[in-house]
Amino acid sequence: MSGQGISQILVYAVALVALGYPLGLFMARVYGDRFLVGGPFSWLRSIEHGFYRLVRTDAKKEQGWKSYGKTVLIFSLVFSGVLYAIQRLQGHLFLNPDHLQGVAPHIALNTTASFITNTNWQYYGGEYTMSYLSQMAGLAVQNFVSAAVGMAVLAAVVRGIARRSAGTLGNFWVDLYRSLVYILLPLCLILSALLIWQGVPQTFHAHATATTLQGAQQSIARGPAASQIAMKQLGTNGGGYYNSNSAVPFENPTGLSNFLEMLALMLIPAAQVFMFGKMVFARRHAWMVFAAMFVVFAIGIGVNLPAEQHGSQVLRASGVNITQGNGQSGGNMADKEVRFGQAATTNWTVATSDVSNGSVNSGFDAQTPAGGAVPLVNLFLGEVIFGGVGSGLYGMFFYILIAVFIAGLMVGRTPEWLGKKIEAREIKLAALGALFVPTMVLTMTAVAIVTKSGLASVFNHGVHGFTETLYAYDSQSNNNGSAFAGYGATSFSASLGTVALYLGRFVPMLAALALGGSLAKKKIVPASAGTFRTDGPTFVVLLIAVIALTAGLMILPALTLGPIVEGLMH
Amino acid sequence: MRNLVSSVLAIVVITAVFGFGYPALMTGFASVAFPHQAGGSLIHRNGKIVGSKLAAQAFTSPKYFHERPSGTSPAYNAAGTTFLNLGPTNPDLAKLVAGNAQAILKLERPYNPGLTIQGIPVDAVTTSGSGIDPDISPAYAALQARRVAAVRKLSLQTVQNLIEQSTDGRSWGFFGEPGVNVLELNIALDKLGGK
Repeated sequence: MSGQGISQILVYAVALVALGYPLGLFMARVYGDRFLVGGPFSWLRSIEHGFYRLVRTDAKKEQGWKSYGKTVLIFSLVFSGVLYAIQRLQGHLFLNPDHLQGVAPHIALNTTASFITNTNWQYYGGEYTMSYLSQMAGLAVQNFVSAAVGMAVLAAVVRGIARRSAGTLGNFWVDLYRSLVYILLPLCLILSALLIWQGVPQTFHAHATATTLQGAQQSIARGPAASQIAMKQLGTNGGGYYNSNSAVPFENPTGLSNFLEMLALMLIPAAQVFMFGKMVFARRHAWMVFAAMFVVFAIGIGVNLPAEQHGSQVLRASGVNITQGNGQSGGNMADKEVRFGQAATTNWTVATSDVSNGSVNSGFDAQTPAGGAVPLVNLFLGEVIFGGVGSGLYGMFFYILIAVFIAGLMVGRTPEWLGKKIEAREIKLAALGALFVPTMVLTMTAVAIVTKSGLASVFNHGVHGFTETLYAYDSQSNNNGSAFAGYGATSFSASLGTVALYLGRFVPMLAALALGGSLAKKKIVPASAGTFRTDGPTFVVLLIAVIALTAGLMILPALTLGPIVEGLMH
Repeated sequence: MRNLVSSVLAIVVITAVFGFGYPALMTGFASVAFPHQAGGSLIHRNGKIVGSKLAAQAFTSPKYFHERPSGTSPAYNAAGTTFLNLGPTNPDLAKLVAGNAQAILKLERPYNPGLTIQGIPVDAVTTSGSGIDPDISPAYAALQARRVAAVRKLSLQTVQNLIEQSTDGRSWGFFGEPGVNVLELNIALDKLGGK
């Protein structure tokens, strides 16, 4: 751990707040009623209204939580069908210069679920499975849409918290359009231009063939990569254009591209915390939520970086030089890239697993037991440490409610949050939202390690194989999509994964919408001396403790069987 | 039913704009502003493509600098990248590292008398994340310099100068870690002539 490496991570944290804060305030305006009314850009509104007319919807009509949720589900279902069809038929369609065949049914199904749910778990290698059409018109579109759906739902839930005695949460089509056009598109244009400058390909030409210096033939995969990669990072999607994801020099060519992609992957989730503070008029509370997230992020860095720099037992025992300095980054370099070294790899590992992005710039499977436990634990925290775009913060609301509830129990009062009484219905929804996914992960892991078909997916046998299995279902259920990679696609694992993906996305989403609907109906009660304050450091500590207790205790037995045993064995 | 109709129409519009319009716009921009990068940073020699700055290729001859080990199949497959995925306690990892280290000792010792396993930097014996990491650490380049200089009958200083020229420092002197681009280095060596 050099000072240089640590200062790279510090600059990252500063840049995150410096960009995230103003973006959050902007987003709060985007979802407001008066956005673009009057002013030099009011012509954008006519385009917006053109879209509503085109899709035949009445943008002025607001929806209650049930209606909103129903629209989300129907929209996602129809899009699933289209995405599945494109992949299956790609061999007969255009934009397929490398003549790839249709994607196998179970892979196509899992991939569909994976991209619709903003997960981007990949049971395939992009460069040799997906045609340019599938990548562009299928997967890349979903990178936008699944992100925008998460953002729209968050906007609706936050409105529910802000409103009083109200029956509606907003209009899905309006929230969808505004997320796509006013937030995601401009950021994508900027980021993809920067990535192309740094060396990410953006072309419709087929693979290039090189004759190497030693006279061999080398096929070089390229394609419209930059436009897709910009979006996969901004929308916490994470699905790579290439199989090795952002470790591949074509996806992530330089130290700067690495920094920009890392920044992009956490930007919107961080900004949404500030957006929430603005929309509910509780900026101090939002800062406390941000602080709780940031502390957990910092702990991840503090565990992963020393562990990876120290190197694995195998590398230390081998006798090779793993000491940092004298022209090398040192440490555990297995499945890592020279141009990133340890600090930038750790920063990425922790950020991507906190944020439910799932892109990787190194192979997690080869990380040390302690280092590799960090993304595993982060995943199990339910992707609420910044978390997926939209889904991270509405997932955090569940934990906030549980924290407020526990504080209320301690002082013997009806708990309140932002002036609203928290009652049995809200706590039930919060418990459902917080506990459903971890329970599903444990159940699926158990099924996968006691059945023959489940074990067929494991690469490394023994304890590490268990960790791979746990990670696979953890990643899919939490809609993260990162992989220890050591988990193979069989029709069994792909089908079980498909179920995990859909349920892991839509059960908490509907719980959050129901929560928003329920809070919108309530009146504001004035704060009194007995109200637990949610805008101070006590709340930060309590919130972290609640997250650690609810999610952490559920994973501890499983962790004991995986990385902990592995760490003790050597 | 209303939702169904709206969904279908929205999917058509969104796919057109974000699936085709956006990548086409960026491709147009790239071909004008950064055509070299957009096409995959290909390197030409005598009018032929010899590789990409961003992809390692196989070097086995002693007159060339060698890349890091690759986990792809075949090695350095720039159309099929992959991690090796050997866990940190996997005995195969120990075997692989030991084998790579022995091969390096055997190759380099004639030119580096006194080289021991402690003198081999870790990136030289571990696979990269992509399998096509185009860089080696400056430490691994320094280790190979004596061999390349001896085989090509160049002074060590000449080779060291070329290493320096082929080293990509941290971006803006700050982000990431320095690496030596092996393909660019070997092309520079070939240009000098020698054996």
